[in-house]
Amino acid sequence: MDFSVEDELAGHREQATAWIAANADPVWASTQKATGCYHTPALHVLLAQQGFYAAGWPREYGGSDVSPDLARAILQELARIGVKHDGWSTTSLVLNTLLDVGTEEQKRTYITAGLRGEVIIALGYTEPGSGSDVAAAQARAVRSGADWVINGQKMFTSTADQATHIFMLTRTNAGVPKHKGLTLFLVPTSSAGFEWAPVHTLGGQITTATFYTDVRIPDAARVGDVDGGWNVMRAALVYERGGGVGARPPSGTSGNVGSQRAELARQVASWSQAARRPDGSRIWDDPGVQERLARIAIESEVYKLLWMRSSWIAAAGGSPGTEGSAAKLYMTEREQRHHWDLLDILGAEAVLSKGAHDAPIHAAVEEAFRYGVVGTVYGGSSEIMREIIAERQLGLPRVRNS
Amino acid sequence: MAVDLSLSDEQAAVQQAFAEFFARESPIRVVREAEPVGFSPDLWKRLADLGASAMGLPGSGADSLTLCLVAEELGRRLAPVPLIEALVAVDLLASLDAASLLRPLTEGADIATLALDSPYAGRLRLVPAGAVARTVLALDGSDLVSLQRTAPPGHEPNFGCSPLADWPLADARLSTLASGPRAADLHQAGRALWKLLMSAALNGIQASALEIAVAYVKSREAFGRQIGWFQAVQHRLADVAVAGDGARYLTYEAAWARDGGAAADADRLASMAFLFSAETSFFTCREALQFHGGYGYALEYDIQLYFRRAKAWPLALGDPRSELLRVAKLTYPAQES
Repeated sequence: MDFSVEDELAGHREQATAWIAANADPVWASTQKATGCYHTPALHVLLAQQGFYAAGWPREYGGSDVSPDLARAILQELARIGVKHDGWSTTSLVLNTLLDVGTEEQKRTYITAGLRGEVIIALGYTEPGSGSDVAAAQARAVRSGADWVINGQKMFTSTADQATHIFMLTRTNAGVPKHKGLTLFLVPTSSAGFEWAPVHTLGGQITTATFYTDVRIPDAARVGDVDGGWNVMRAALVYERGGGVGARPPSGTSGNVGSQRAELARQVASWSQAARRPDGSRIWDDPGVQERLARIAIESEVYKLLWMRSSWIAAAGGSPGTEGSAAKLYMTEREQRHHWDLLDILGAEAVLSKGAHDAPIHAAVEEAFRYGVVGTVYGGSSEIMREIIAERQLGLPRVRNS
Repeated sequence: MAVDLSLSDEQAAVQQAFAEFFARESPIRVVREAEPVGFSPDLWKRLADLGASAMGLPGSGADSLTLCLVAEELGRRLAPVPLIEALVAVDLLASLDAASLLRPLTEGADIATLALDSPYAGRLRLVPAGAVARTVLALDGSDLVSLQRTAPPGHEPNFGCSPLADWPLADARLSTLASGPRAADLHQAGRALWKLLMSAALNGIQASALEIAVAYVKSREAFGRQIGWFQAVQHRLADVAVAGDGARYLTYEAAWARDGGAAADADRLASMAFLFSAETSFFTCREALQFHGGYGYALEYDIQLYFRRAKAWPLALGDPRSELLRVAKLTYPAQES
């Protein structure tokens, strides 16, 4: 066995940081935080124009000569300085899906424009009445001549306000079992009858709810077969797990997850070695503080290893199923508990927000605490992960009927 | 990526050989018959014939990871033999070049062990394998000493059915093996290896307890269904399955570190693996016992054998909180005020 993690992008880090120094606007990170919008249009245009999005894509659909590793390094380094690229994450996920299941015309249209930064696609799976049970979608698509007419609502359609299209899961047949009556469409957000409204979140991100009232789209906007949407979803979910937005390690080199997260605990530890309680005692000197910090170190190491197993299987050409679920479940559940403990250690000042007088560690813990809440839900809730492990790893009986 | 989580052919072969050995030679009947002392002389002899206690010797080809794989198989079958303690003693004596002490151990003629704590009030308290060993290595003040007796002292009854015994210093023949900082370093290295191998054994216990639990909840019915159908059962078993996998990899990582992968971090990782395996193994046994309902409380069911040992074995090191504080100090080097 070998547990040494090498930075596979090491050869590109320098160039990536140089690119960022030359091109990135220092306000991007703070603007994203302040607005809750994790898509920066100016950055999107820049990355597209310079061929970074097109890196590694087939030439006939607009692929560029840029090194995909350099492109990944740039996106990672941007994430490291707090600049997210959610619009591209969901767009690339859908473009990958189109590469698998789209028509030739769709590939030429959407992939080419997507790589140029002209098409931005948000995911429209979740509805007000269905989240984990994604196949229970109720938004209706009905044939009308050569077109389709769509009515319904989608929830947590993140970056829909910035997007040109929604990759939308609809019900086209209500008379069959739920998985068999679904169809996917690419719905232009410029369509008459499309509306969105902001949804404010605990973590500060502003996501959206989207509304579809008699939205008329051509059949050419249909992805995959009529009523064959579940097959399309399966293809799309592979990309979601593999590197899009869902069950995956946070940005950074694979296998490096634990050490990144342990960084917050390290900051609190070093804060506690200087800070004092109102009674004058040094916080670190409380064995209860050290004990909690030690636990965080141990459990962070464990989730690093669980991710390492999952990435190792993937790197060897396998497909991490229950192993990915295990890593996602353990990491997100532990991480939340770690945030609670770290807040407790910070004491009364833990509640201070950015901008407050002397907020410990620039309010990094309270931000992580609020943002971390969604970890155990998105990309498959903990309950779904446990069910997958119970069923597929332990061989316990399947609980759900469908 | 240099990460590789597969076993080498040699490691896999040793793992399989010991899995088969313990499955054949240490069925649960042998475990029960060896109670309350927790020692089967017959099993120990067979193990010694395989050369198991000499496996850790330099040049034997067995790295720390291999030793962990063997300890894991031992734990899986609750094998009533002091192999972990013997491996630790052999490792220490090998680094001291103490050939005269070493030979009887590697030949299986004697059992040696390490006292994890220093003597207090004239005795070494509750020495692991102390009730079956005739040689104990201990840190006495600033000296690393060996204590020898012609026969081990009496066994102290305990719920883990471990061969624990007190060793009064006055009753033993003492000789000094090392002194000063070297003695302390060697003793700490011995403790670290004990923690590492114990974590592996606890992972073995964990794996068995999970298997027993899964088999039980699939066969037992309540309210007209197998109880393994209920999510209250499924989800809790999923949680301990994930933690158990994590514990195994943490142990393997600590072994890899000790074998040179990250030597500077090996000591800390051994402590982390020990703590996490101890917690995970016992909690898995607890969940397994709980899902047995009233039968979990009955001695005729096997799960209680695992439950007792998963709690008792790691307690040989004392309150795990002090080990946690050690991990804290090693992880977050303090600017002491």
